[in-house]
Amino acid sequence: MMKDNNVIQVENLSKLFGDFAAVNQISFQVKAGEIFGFLGANGAGKTTAMKMLIGISSPTSGKATVAGFDVYKETESIKKNIGYMSQKFALYDDLTVKENITFFGGIYGLSKKQIDQKRCELVEELGLQEVTKSLVASLPLGWKQKLAFSVSLLHEPKIVFLDEPTGGVDPITRRQFWEMIYKAAHNGTTIFVTTHYMDEAEYCDRVSIMVNGKIEALDTPKKLKEHYKTDTMNHVFLKLARG
Amino acid sequence: MGITISNISKSYGEITALSDISFDVKPGELFGLIGPDGAGKTTLFRILTTLLIADHGQATVAGYDVLNDYKSIRNSVGYMPGRFSLYQDLTVEENLNFFATIFGTTIEENYDLVKDIYVQIEPFKNRRAGKLSGGMKQKLALSCALIHKPKVLFLDEPTTGVDPVSRKEFWEMLKRLQKKGITILVSTPYMDEAALCDRIALIQDGNILEIDTPNAIVSHFPKPLYNISAHNMYNLIESLTNYEHTYSIFPFGEFVHYTDKRHPIDKASLKTYLEFQGLTDIKIEKTQPTIEDTFMELAK
Amino acid sequence: MKRFVGFVRKEFYHIFRDKRSLFILFGMPIAQILLFGFAITNEINNVDIGILDQANDVTSKEIINKISASKHFSIVDIIHQESSIESIFKKGKVKAVLQFENNFGNNLIKEKQANVQVLTDATDPNMASTISNYISSILKKYQQELNKNVSVDYQIVPQSRMVYNAELKSVYMFVPGVMTVILMLVSAMMTSISITREKEQGTMEILLVSPLKPFQVIIGKVFPYIFLSVINAVVIVLLSIFVFHVPVNGSLFLLGIESVLFIITSLALGILISTISATQQTAMMISLMGLMLPTILLSGFIFPISSMPLPLQVISNIIPAKWFIIIVKGIMLKGIGIGFVLKETFILLLMTLVFIGVSVKKYKIRLE
Repeated sequence: MMKDNNVIQVENLSKLFGDFAAVNQISFQVKAGEIFGFLGANGAGKTTAMKMLIGISSPTSGKATVAGFDVYKETESIKKNIGYMSQKFALYDDLTVKENITFFGGIYGLSKKQIDQKRCELVEELGLQEVTKSLVASLPLGWKQKLAFSVSLLHEPKIVFLDEPTGGVDPITRRQFWEMIYKAAHNGTTIFVTTHYMDEAEYCDRVSIMVNGKIEALDTPKKLKEHYKTDTMNHVFLKLARG
Repeated sequence: MGITISNISKSYGEITALSDISFDVKPGELFGLIGPDGAGKTTLFRILTTLLIADHGQATVAGYDVLNDYKSIRNSVGYMPGRFSLYQDLTVEENLNFFATIFGTTIEENYDLVKDIYVQIEPFKNRRAGKLSGGMKQKLALSCALIHKPKVLFLDEPTTGVDPVSRKEFWEMLKRLQKKGITILVSTPYMDEAALCDRIALIQDGNILEIDTPNAIVSHFPKPLYNISAHNMYNLIESLTNYEHTYSIFPFGEFVHYTDKRHPIDKASLKTYLEFQGLTDIKIEKTQPTIEDTFMELAK
Repeated sequence: MKRFVGFVRKEFYHIFRDKRSLFILFGMPIAQILLFGFAITNEINNVDIGILDQANDVTSKEIINKISASKHFSIVDIIHQESSIESIFKKGKVKAVLQFENNFGNNLIKEKQANVQVLTDATDPNMASTISNYISSILKKYQQELNKNVSVDYQIVPQSRMVYNAELKSVYMFVPGVMTVILMLVSAMMTSISITREKEQGTMEILLVSPLKPFQVIIGKVFPYIFLSVINAVVIVLLSIFVFHVPVNGSLFLLGIESVLFIITSLALGILISTISATQQTAMMISLMGLMLPTILLSGFIFPISSMPLPLQVISNIIPAKWFIIIVKGIMLKGIGIGFVLKETFILLLMTLVFIGVSVKKYKIRLE
């Protein structure tokens, strides 16, 4: 396990659209195995910032490395070393569980043997034996999300980016989902979660809160709550966002 | 004149969306339907707004039967579907104008009702609805649902995908609307919003788990609940899962919510057990259950 | 009524704000008519023809000289027997053969009437008809010159015979055809897409839960497209008259009325499509595959119905475009009045009523 090793290193990163600074000189570090919450209201710049980190959008200025690779020049290496899961799109609904696993294993260059082995592990761990030949569309939402998360870990990425992963899921499944995240983090995978659901924020080791393109707060949820003299992250967020 | 629902069932093929649901919403009440995606909330809304026909059971809205008097219901309810159904290529003002016209009214006529909400988006009235932020879309959709002064307002997951600031403002608006005598049925997957309703129904897999005021629902939680924290969350969960006296354990932010099979709980031995598992910074404190705890207990 | 006006206004906003659709809506008719127009009325130059001069007298020589002097034709073969006509056509050496009858000159003077036969290779029907027209006009000119000097009328009667495609049905069909295709596309596809878009965006739910009646929604959706389709029909007719000089021999008013009828038929089809499709994509696929292809292929627009196999001829009867093309062709080219297209008009009317009936029946006042 890489301790005290920053897998994400961001310095004064900015992204301009014309005169508008969607992301305005943000700096932060994420340690290996950390669960890092990246919070902000709609339009605060979360998505733009994350797109730069996962190598699909080029920054205007500043420096950043992800898994040791530069976000300007080594985007292809970044893509090989990260996993990505979003609530909006995670798996193909019209493919079966097995086909989805095979497809995503394939695009990350796993051999057939590796895919078969990973699939068996994954199916057993999630208890999906009965449904491997079912279309993903027929699975309950909670199962889909757990499966999607496991699929994003197939190629053993150093970092997984989760974009609002648990919205709308029932409370029990949501907790099972977080237990999976804890386990992945425990095994050394870094978790980067963007969300505007404050109850998701409470589970993170550290969170940053973005307001109008800037990071206005960055600490553990506990310290943030102490600092803003309140007992929920929701209130911390409201205080920051309302100024 | 509120809403009555008796023994409503609905299936899609082999999937049961609602099974034998009954409850009433009193006139002027702010009633919350709380449950995850796929619980059957939207199906129930569609039956009440006359968009779907139930397989069994009866329901009335504002005194009208959902099957026979569907035209009267369509004249007297406001409905905000799950995805802020607005015309993306029409401006804010044009959207509102359109919905006023099809309900046979004008913006001016009922302006006092939507004023509170509409003033917040009025500066953007010439902007296309598709270019609004989630929070602004939500406010516009609510204005559109209100513009004909409905007796009953149906809001299907109005706060999904909206940031906390907008969510808070939205609930404040609902409280003000309630004071004007409008009956409101609102659904949400967020348990923390339940506390803002007069009464709530917890719903999962097409079944009502419980109906009561938020305080009463919380007080039904059967066991003393403890917050436990330690230096390593993963190890803490693993250890408690394997602990012989564990009744239930759920991660809750920086804590774990724990209930014990024994009564009363033996805190000292629990702490010793956790220390023996190699955990440090162990804290065990009694805490108040939330609606989410109750929901999970009932849904188990 | 105010509700209805509000609804129609909203529909016009949708149409005018979607720049790409608007471009297709108005750009397509122009582009199509120009494309078809120029492809078909292409001027001919130096077409190879053969001569079979059975008269071999002064008059026939003079005509042959006129033809060979024209820049449109070059005489590449002089043949002497009727039996060799077929062989030179088969070799593809010539596109047309001019055959003068025995005693051509004598007949012209004594009988005041002489025959010349123009045989054209109609495997390319458009070319064949153009050649035949050009030759006829050369003959006509020569005849006028003759008549200037003499008090009696001499008449050369050109007998055109098209070989290989005897009836030459597709010539000049492009105006009625293009008009039909465009009205169909605009009316049916655009309406079905605009209705399914409401379903997709979820706004249909709100419309259903409003006091708007189903027929108000349907008429409101359809109305703007009647308007736009009529504009398109006018643009097409104007273009064909002024750019391509296609004659409109019949009543423009009747043409207008029949076009509105066909527009309504297509709109009814559009509504029908929207009741069976849940997404814009499905609506578009059904419109293109289910309507456009049969309209283009089975209506007689490109392929003459009479040369289709029997089963396709039978199927062509249920295609509204077939009847509309017959009507338009009759009015524009033949100049006939309503009396001659009553049957076709009645069939279209019946189809429209059936489509509307079915769609009203299938239109859902609820979501399922």
